[in-house]
Amino acid sequence: MAKANAARNSPGAAPHVPSRNAEQPDRLIHEHVRLGMMSALAANDALTFVDIRNILQTTDGNISVHARKLEQAGYIRCTKSFQDRVPRTEFALTAAGRRALNRYLDHMEALIRAVRDR
Amino acid sequence: MNCSASRHKVLDAAEYRHYSEAVITPVSLESRAAENLRYIRETIERANTFTAVPGWGGLWMGVTSIAAGVLASRQADFSGWLLIWLAEASVALTIGIVALRLKARATGQVLWSRPARKFALAFAPPVAAAGVLTVALWRAGAGAVIPGTWLALYGVAVMGAGAFSVPAVPTMGVGFLVLGCIALLLPSFGNLALICGFGVMHIVFGLIITRRHGG
Repeated sequence: MAKANAARNSPGAAPHVPSRNAEQPDRLIHEHVRLGMMSALAANDALTFVDIRNILQTTDGNISVHARKLEQAGYIRCTKSFQDRVPRTEFALTAAGRRALNRYLDHMEALIRAVRDR
Repeated sequence: MNCSASRHKVLDAAEYRHYSEAVITPVSLESRAAENLRYIRETIERANTFTAVPGWGGLWMGVTSIAAGVLASRQADFSGWLLIWLAEASVALTIGIVALRLKARATGQVLWSRPARKFALAFAPPVAAAGVLTVALWRAGAGAVIPGTWLALYGVAVMGAGAFSVPAVPTMGVGFLVLGCIALLLPSFGNLALICGFGVMHIVFGLIITRRHGG
């Protein structure tokens, strides 16, 4: 079990394959903080770690954990640099991430339509 | 008692009936989906807000404007008055840019982000129009309406740009617009209106932004 978790969390882990089941939303995006990160990044070319923390009003640790999961899935890209000797982490949505978010939005809208048409 | 009987006993009890209904009805699925969409929309709105508006910068712009207004009121001719206010505009612009850079750096924000670009694009046209109108009004000998024109167009710029920023910014824009209209109708109070607007109002809203939005 521990071995499986380690393999999943390693940088070289296989990219996340979104669910093709029409009944199920993409579980990776469905989580509240990750959905917030993806939405915020969809509205900007790039956002820093601090920007995302301020927008979502959550902790550094929370963002780090969820950002790593999105990065491993290939949904976001992380760039680390220095500005005036201060480390700076910047995130941007990848094309795969934008497609996944669009699929998720379609899924939510379809769900609402299906219930209203009953 | 077998397991099935136990489950019925629990879920059929009146106090739990609302729970079982809430879990299985399609309406709860719909409301959760709608809630998710609302969360996405609100997050995008927050991500599109330009929050690096410098409160301290506004405060210092206000202080220099009051000094400029007092100095301008002592000028004997219109050219001297205009020159002082144009010099003040350059000083205020410099203060604004420096304060903006300092706040963006202190809060770890990207200075030229999409919300910042929208803010600048909404702010620039009315200010540019004010510049052109200043020359036109001065050449037409209608210098008395220049203060009202400056205040009204600055108000339009701040209101428009404020749509992408914190709520204090568009509110300040409304204040400038109202003051500009008053100055256009009562041109003899032009210099006083400039002191009230670019001076006092910048200081008041600068303090509000500093307190509520971190500097």
